[in-house]
Amino acid sequence: MADRSRLCTVWLGSETGILKGVSVTRKQAFNFCNTSHLSRDQEVRALCWGDPAESEVLVGSVDGTVKTFSTEKGQFTDSRRCGGPADGGFTGLALCGAALVTCGECGTLRVWREDSSEPALELSAGNNVCRMRQSPVHRDRVATGGKDNGLKIWDLQKPDAPLFTAKNLRDDWLDLRRPHWVRDLAFIPDSDKVVTCTGYHQVHVFDPSSPQRRPVLEVEYGEYPLTALSLPAGGSTVVVGNTHGQIALLDLRKGVVRGCLKGLAGGVRGLQCHPTLPVVASCGLDRFLRIHSLEDRTLLHKVYLKSRLNCVLLASRDLEDGRGAAGEGGSQEVKEEEEGGEDEVWDTMERVEEKPKRKTTEEEEEELQKKKKSKKKRKKGQD
Amino acid sequence: MFYFINLYCTFCTTFPLCCCVKLEFLPQKGSIKEHLISDLSRQKEEEKMEKSEPGAAAFPPTFSVSEIKNKQRRHLMFMKFKQEKRKQKMQLKKKKKKEREALGDKAPPKEVPKTIENQRVFDETMVDPEDEEVAFDEATDEFSAYFNGLTNPKVLITTSDRPRGRTVRFCEQLATVIPNAHVYYRRGLALKRVIPQCVARNFTYLMVINEDRKMPNGMVLCHLPDGPTAHFKISSVRLRKEMKRRGKDPTEHSPEVILNNFSTRLGHSIGRLFAALFPQDPQFVGRQVATFHNQRDFIFFRFHRYIFKNEKKVGIQELGPRFTLKLRSLQKGTFDSKFGEYEWVLKVSNFSLRRQKSCDKETN
Repeated sequence: MADRSRLCTVWLGSETGILKGVSVTRKQAFNFCNTSHLSRDQEVRALCWGDPAESEVLVGSVDGTVKTFSTEKGQFTDSRRCGGPADGGFTGLALCGAALVTCGECGTLRVWREDSSEPALELSAGNNVCRMRQSPVHRDRVATGGKDNGLKIWDLQKPDAPLFTAKNLRDDWLDLRRPHWVRDLAFIPDSDKVVTCTGYHQVHVFDPSSPQRRPVLEVEYGEYPLTALSLPAGGSTVVVGNTHGQIALLDLRKGVVRGCLKGLAGGVRGLQCHPTLPVVASCGLDRFLRIHSLEDRTLLHKVYLKSRLNCVLLASRDLEDGRGAAGEGGSQEVKEEEEGGEDEVWDTMERVEEKPKRKTTEEEEEELQKKKKSKKKRKKGQD
Repeated sequence: MFYFINLYCTFCTTFPLCCCVKLEFLPQKGSIKEHLISDLSRQKEEEKMEKSEPGAAAFPPTFSVSEIKNKQRRHLMFMKFKQEKRKQKMQLKKKKKKEREALGDKAPPKEVPKTIENQRVFDETMVDPEDEEVAFDEATDEFSAYFNGLTNPKVLITTSDRPRGRTVRFCEQLATVIPNAHVYYRRGLALKRVIPQCVARNFTYLMVINEDRKMPNGMVLCHLPDGPTAHFKISSVRLRKEMKRRGKDPTEHSPEVILNNFSTRLGHSIGRLFAALFPQDPQFVGRQVATFHNQRDFIFFRFHRYIFKNEKKVGIQELGPRFTLKLRSLQKGTFDSKFGEYEWVLKVSNFSLRRQKSCDKETN
C-alpha cells in the first residue's frame, strides 16, 4: 500500500468516495478507500495538500468529514468532523498554518483548530457558495463565490467584513440586472488579482488594488457554463473547462482564446495545471483522467477510472517521476552515462559554421537608401 | 500522332479535320454514323498501338486518363485501364493459387481479410462483470430504486409542439408497446415546468418525440425523480401499416426486454435507462418481446411476438413500430440543456479513427 501511494503523482476524488492515486509512468491507478463499505455519503468534494511537503492529502466528503490520507503510509490516518451534511458538500478546503479552513455550500466558512471539535471562527459568505480558494501569497486571505453571490475576499484575521466585494456587471441594454454565478476562481500568483469563471460562460479578472470593483477584464467562451479553472505557470493564460467537455486556453492580456484541448466527452469537474511543467490534468463526468500538454495542446496520457471524478490534485514533483525502487535509481545512472557519452561524440565532431544568410537590419537600410538614390538618378537621367 | 489534332471542320465538331475531309470526298460510303463509328474504332487501334510500343509511345510522364477532354475517349481509356488492372489481378491470383497447390501441406495459412469489426481498438471502458466499483456505482445510482423493486414505471409520452400525423401515430403506437404509458398533447408547454408536475404525479419517465417536417427525428428521454436525460436521434421509423407480414396488434401484456451489446460503461447506463421503461416482471403469457440491439452506436428497436408452432419450433412475427436511435448526449440531472452537466456528448471530432474504435457505445 505504502509503495503504491508513493508512486502516485496525481490524486483524484470520485463520487463513490474512493480516493484514487494514479502513477503516470506506470499507467496504473490505485484505489484508496477508508471503509470497506462504500457509500455515496463519502463522495469526495474537495482535495488539498495537508502540508507543504505534500505528504498528506486532506479529503473532504459530502457528509462533512475531512479525512487525512498519508502518502507515505498509504492509508487514512485521521478523520475529523467539520460540519454536517446539512451544510452541503465542501466547496473548499485550505490549510492556514495549523488550522483548517473549510467552506460548505450553504456559505458558512469555518476555521478549525487542531484539537477542538468546535470551529474557532465562523463566518457566513452568503448563500450558495460554489467555490472557496486560498491565496498562495497571503495565507490568511480566502476568496469565495457562488450563484448570485459575487466574489468576496476575506481576511481571516478580520472576519467582520470582506476585504473586497465585487460588484456585478453593469445592467444590460434593457436595464435588466445581469445574472451572476461564480463557479470557480483562482488567485493570480504574482499579484492581488483574482480570476473567476461563471456559469454564464464568462471569465472575469478582478483587481482589488484598483478602485474599480467591477471586473477589469471579461472574456467569453462557448455557450455552456464554465465549471473549472486553473492557472498555468506562465501567468498570463488561464485554462477553463465547461459542462460540455470543452477545455480552452484563454489569454488574459488580450482576452482571446488561444486554443482548445480536445478529447473530453463529459462535463469538466476538475482542472489543475502542474506548478512547473506546462501540463494540465483534467477530470470529469466521463470517468477519465486526461493529461494534456499546454504547449502543443496534445493529449499526453489518458487513464480510465471507473467512477465519475470530482476533483484532481497534482503533486509538485515531476509527473514522470517514479521514486522508490532501486531499479529506477539504476535507470537514472544509466541515463547519466548516456549523456556523458553524447558529449564526447559532439566534441569529436567537426564544427560547421553557418553562413550568414540574413543581413542585419542596418545593412538592409543602407541598401534600401542606395537603391532609392540610384532610382532618383535614373529618373533624372531619363528626364 | 499522340496529341489529337485540334482542327475541327465545320461539319462536325468532335473529330479532327482529317476524318471529316474524307467524308466530304466520299459521300457514298455510308451514313455519318458509320463513319463516326469507324473513326472511333480506328482511334482505338491507334491508341492500342501506341500503348503496346513501349519506348516510342511518348506518353508524357505526368499524363493521366482524367486529362483527356473528350468524354467518350476518356471513358474508353478508363475502361481499358480497368480491364488491364483486372487482368493483372487475376493473373496474380492464379499464380498464388498455383503456388499454394504446389506447396500442398507446407503452404502458409490463409490470411484473414480485414473488416471493420476486425480493425477495432479495444475500448478500455468495457465493463467487467465482477468489478466491484462499477457494481457499487450501479447499485446506488438513479435507477437503483427501480431495480430494487421500489417503483413501477409510468411513462409520459409527448411531442414537440403541433405534431403532424406521422408523429402522432408513432406516439400512439409507442404507447401500446410500453405498458403504463400515457400520451399527452404538448400545448407549447416548457419542459422545465412540466417536469415538476410529472414528479408530483409519480411519473418515472418523460419521453418527448421531436418532429421535423412531419417526421419524428429526435427523442428526449428523461428519468424523472432526478435522473439522467438522454437525447437521441431517431431515424428510419416504420409504423405498423408499413410493416410487411406483421401480426395483430400487441396486447396489454408486459413484454420481455432484450438488451444486446450494451457493454461499455456508457452502454450500461443507457441499457439501464431502457430497461427501466418496462415493468420488472414480464408476462410470458403474452409472448411479446421488445429488443434494443446496439451495434456500432446505433440502437435498433424491434417488437416481436413469439409463435410457438410445436415443442421444438418457434417463429417470430414483428408487430409494432420499429426505429433506430443514436445517442447524441447524456446529461446528468433532469432536462436542462443550458445549465446541465453532460456526462457524454457526441462529438464528431472525437471519432477521428471512427472505424477503428471498439464496439458498442463508443466513448473516446
